[in-house]
Amino acid sequence: MQGIPLQAVLTFFVGAGHSRAGGRAFHLPPAHQTKEFFKVIEFLDLEGYGMLLLKGARLTLAVGVVSMVIALFLGLVAALCKLSRFKLLSVSAELYTTVIRGVPELVLILLVYYGGPTVVQDVAALWGKDLYVDLNPFFAGSVTIGFIYGAFATEVYRGAFLAVPKGELEAGRACGMSPWLTVRRIHLPQMWRFAIPGLGNVWMVLIKATALISIIQLPELMRSADVAARSIRKPFSCFFIASLLYLGITILSLVFQQWAEKRADRGVRRE
Amino acid sequence: MDIDVILDTLPKFWDGAVITIEMTAISVTIGFFLAILVAVMRTSKSPLLWMPSYGFTFYFRGTPLLVQLFLIYYGSGQFQEFLSNVGLWTFFKEAWFCALLTLTLNTTAYSAEIFRGGIQGVTFGEIEAGRAYGMSGVKLYRRIIIPSALRIAWPAYTNEVVFLLQATSLVSIITLMDLTGVARVASARTFAFYELFLTVALIYLVLVYVIIFVFKRIERRINAHLSSNAA
Repeated sequence: MQGIPLQAVLTFFVGAGHSRAGGRAFHLPPAHQTKEFFKVIEFLDLEGYGMLLLKGARLTLAVGVVSMVIALFLGLVAALCKLSRFKLLSVSAELYTTVIRGVPELVLILLVYYGGPTVVQDVAALWGKDLYVDLNPFFAGSVTIGFIYGAFATEVYRGAFLAVPKGELEAGRACGMSPWLTVRRIHLPQMWRFAIPGLGNVWMVLIKATALISIIQLPELMRSADVAARSIRKPFSCFFIASLLYLGITILSLVFQQWAEKRADRGVRRE
Repeated sequence: MDIDVILDTLPKFWDGAVITIEMTAISVTIGFFLAILVAVMRTSKSPLLWMPSYGFTFYFRGTPLLVQLFLIYYGSGQFQEFLSNVGLWTFFKEAWFCALLTLTLNTTAYSAEIFRGGIQGVTFGEIEAGRAYGMSGVKLYRRIIIPSALRIAWPAYTNEVVFLLQATSLVSIITLMDLTGVARVASARTFAFYELFLTVALIYLVLVYVIIFVFKRIERRINAHLSSNAA
């Protein structure tokens, strides 16, 4: 059962390579190439672990999307704080972006996953309570990744807010809108157009950073590849195919990003 | 908060910091020159030159560093026989070699993309002026295009070096005792997780701002002739 979808994946990869040379997607290579062909098959054959990798890729996407939603939300809030007139808000947003962007993701993930529960336990001990906390890797991973990339998204949003022409805001104020209403009606809708390329970059880096969650035992793509590599003793094949899956996610994201940019720019005149 | 654990681990953190800085310095230095080469190839018109460099940068920028690290460190085991025959296995069995190789290739790919932007940003007038002086080929690149491209690319390159410093934390996963590795081992032994990871985060923060400071100084220096108030 497990071998069948794997074969599909294999033919996909091998077939893709041959389609360029032969013009057709599936065909048997000439006899003198057959030996080489089977070598490639043997090299790429994950012996039934292909499905595990695909499941891992699905979890990677899930973690990626959840963290991206957190990052988008946090970034927007932090960017609004940064541009706010209130010193306390702008200083704390500044502190958030400076600190988070200066510390490696891996350290932050380990800090949250291992440090988080111990902090809670120590605080509970101060109150005389005995508490045992165990973090769910999916939860800890997505929240941490989202928190980290929220800091990067903040900078993107900030730039995008500043890119909206001043005249438009003045026009909004002149029409009698309150500052918040100008933000909501003029700033926010127009800001997205400038933010999409930057946010696309954040997503690209974020999806690759999710590989680090494998360290805290979440069975996403990287972890699954590791498991497969240990069982069939073909580490290069497993990690190589995992890397191709990541590459596939990257390519799909690039295509989506181009579509989104085009769509966001549809109201803009081109000289 | 257990201050004593932090103080007891400080000497080990020093050793870890040395490894982190070494890893960063070596891969940035080698990667810098390789990246210029790859970027020049990438801007070439000949498909024989730009295609390999495009494939290389696309692969290394499109996949996670952790996969690349495992591909080289664990993956090389699949070719142990071949690597022993050509005498390279002595290198590939060492974690530090694999870590350095991965980090160097990774930073080469990212920097090459940054330098490519720089090369394409060089104003054509400069190249024309160089040609008018009779420069061509290598000399034109060495004297005009690359210095000018580096000036344009420097701020983005600073960011890349900062990211690379942070990326070196991954070498702790393949058993190297860099800053993160020290924190991981020490915290597993003492259970002082947040104390040690916060300390190590602070050390990284300091290192990052040192790098930014140094690179800003270099930026001022390479742009000195362009600034209006020469200092």
